[in-house]
Amino acid sequence: MLSIKNLQASVEGKQILKGINLEVKAGEVHAIMGPNGSGKSTLASVLAGREEYDVNEGNVEFLGKDLLELSPEDRAREGLFLAFQYPIEIPGVSSTNFLKTALNQIREYHGEEPLNAVEFLSTMKEKMKLVEIDQSLLNRSLNEGFSGGEKKRNEIFQMAMLEPKLAILDETDSGLDIDALRVVANGVNTLKSPENATIVVTHYQRLLDYIVPDFVHVLYKGKIVKSGTKELALELEERGYDWIIKEVEESAV
Amino acid sequence: MSQIADKADIKDTLLANFEALKREVEAKNNAVLNENRNAAFAAFEKLGLPGAKSEYYKYTDITKVLKKQFAGHSLAPQVKISSSALGSIMLEDLEANVLVFVNGRYSKEHSNIISPANELVVTELSEAAVAHKEDFEKHFAKYANVSEDAFTALNTAFTQEGAFIKVAENKIIEKPIIFYFITDSSSSQTVSYPRNLFLIGENSQVNFVESYQSIGEERNLTNSVTEIVVGENAYVNYHKIQADGENAYHIGTTQVYQTAKSTFNAITITLSGAVVRNNLNIVLDAENCESHMYGLYLLKDQQHVDNHTMVDHKKPNCFSNELYKGVMDDKSTGVFNGRIFVRQDAQKTNAFQSNKNIIISDKANMYTKPQLEIWADDVKCSHGCTTGQLDEEQLFYLRARGIDKKSAKAMLLQAFAKDVLENIKIEPLKKKLEEILEARLHV
Repeated sequence: MLSIKNLQASVEGKQILKGINLEVKAGEVHAIMGPNGSGKSTLASVLAGREEYDVNEGNVEFLGKDLLELSPEDRAREGLFLAFQYPIEIPGVSSTNFLKTALNQIREYHGEEPLNAVEFLSTMKEKMKLVEIDQSLLNRSLNEGFSGGEKKRNEIFQMAMLEPKLAILDETDSGLDIDALRVVANGVNTLKSPENATIVVTHYQRLLDYIVPDFVHVLYKGKIVKSGTKELALELEERGYDWIIKEVEESAV
Repeated sequence: MSQIADKADIKDTLLANFEALKREVEAKNNAVLNENRNAAFAAFEKLGLPGAKSEYYKYTDITKVLKKQFAGHSLAPQVKISSSALGSIMLEDLEANVLVFVNGRYSKEHSNIISPANELVVTELSEAAVAHKEDFEKHFAKYANVSEDAFTALNTAFTQEGAFIKVAENKIIEKPIIFYFITDSSSSQTVSYPRNLFLIGENSQVNFVESYQSIGEERNLTNSVTEIVVGENAYVNYHKIQADGENAYHIGTTQVYQTAKSTFNAITITLSGAVVRNNLNIVLDAENCESHMYGLYLLKDQQHVDNHTMVDHKKPNCFSNELYKGVMDDKSTGVFNGRIFVRQDAQKTNAFQSNKNIIISDKANMYTKPQLEIWADDVKCSHGCTTGQLDEEQLFYLRARGIDKKSAKAMLLQAFAKDVLENIKIEPLKKKLEEILEARLHV
């Protein structure tokens, strides 16, 4: 589904990603972990198409297409979804209108008829239950005045509505209490299918108790320095990142 | 033709027009109107047209427009307008008192007053000078000062037609009063001077809409003045909607005088026009008044829109709030100048002002200037202005959900405009403006 080869990217002339290689297949859950500043969020941003990042080297293939050639909206329409680390508040834009526009533009891209108001509302009701989000939140402007937890829940709700092929959760666990974490994880797990894949970007192992990864990768200084299975995450939880950093620096000498 | 016009002097033109108007109307107008007319023209001659260095017209050189585009003009001819042409201009689904003016002249056949006469008096201004002599003499030209502004002086000198409206005391006028000021320059260049006087009785409530639109290919100039006197404890919503054509030049002054415990809400929406200058002046001359001023301007091409507002807090315990928002595209220019005076007597004044602009092209300009002059020491005043581009983070968030760039921009701009539009309480008007906005932003 997603094939990243030697991806190098920089922001304002500073290189952050220094050659990422990653293969994600349908049905898989990958966790990308690493200490602060290792480039985790940059990777998520580059994949979603944030314009302030420059890709200097490498290529990314997503469902047979050159992802880096696509605009952010076309990436979304092809089935890529980024759950933002810091969802943006947009006063004056209604959550419902926003989602309806997004959903129907994605449908149009695939040559499908737009959903009418009734179809849209019933889909919305169904997905709202999934992430236990309240109608009153969706009556408000997009994310405006939402708590941290409500924003994250709204991200997962949007994901449920848009049904992406590949979801990238960027530090979705940050700022969540255990209850909210469970609700979010539950939503992600329910949406999981053999046809789609998930990349969980996180600093802590905590979320991985709920969303169990098939693979865990450790990112350090813009490279994946170690890959393993979910046991690697547990080991990181126990021992921290220092031992890996040490391994990397020793092998570099 | 145009070469002759170029050589003509604008001052000579105005004088010739003034003499012509006098010959036409002096005999039939009453003494007060005539006296005002002469005094105003004398005031104009003393003031002269504002020069290039005039602070008040610094970014909007109307004198240049007059010299270049209107030298040699004559007063607008009387023309008839068909009902079908009006159809596209007028608001649908709204029961209202309708007054139609074409080229500054009242069109009885298209106007319709539905509120009962014991609530609302509507007459032509020249008739009011006779039929409502006492009110007319007490209020006409007593607020818009001819010795301060040349264009107010010109309007007063050329006052010929307009509306006199008197709202009785203790009445809620349920049907809004809508003015359609239509300029028809299909056959020739037109210059018109609408002039209105609104008197709102104590404890009454009323909604006004002034709608300015133009048809025709030739250039047209409207110089309008509306004086509004808000009685004690009265509540007034006043809307000015400008959707003039690309040949339309507009100078308009709304002069408001508020008495105790009154509320005045002004909403000024500018959708188009070549050069538009709006002066909104509100004098709070008694305690416990409240004023709200909202403005929205959506500019494109080479449009130029200048909003000058002034709130004069003369007495204690009043509140004024102002929010003007603009979106500038192409090579358009926006100007905002917000003056707030708080006089020494006006303790416990609350006055707030905000001007926010989004520039969506590299070649658009915005000049914004808050101007607060405060002589009282126990007041709360604040002002703020921002001018920038659309928020990149918001744009990316919308696009990351599959919404194309153009739609995403339109959504953000609509959201930006919303906190001005949501103050419009006349639903069909709000709906129509929202539709226009949506169509405009998706282009």
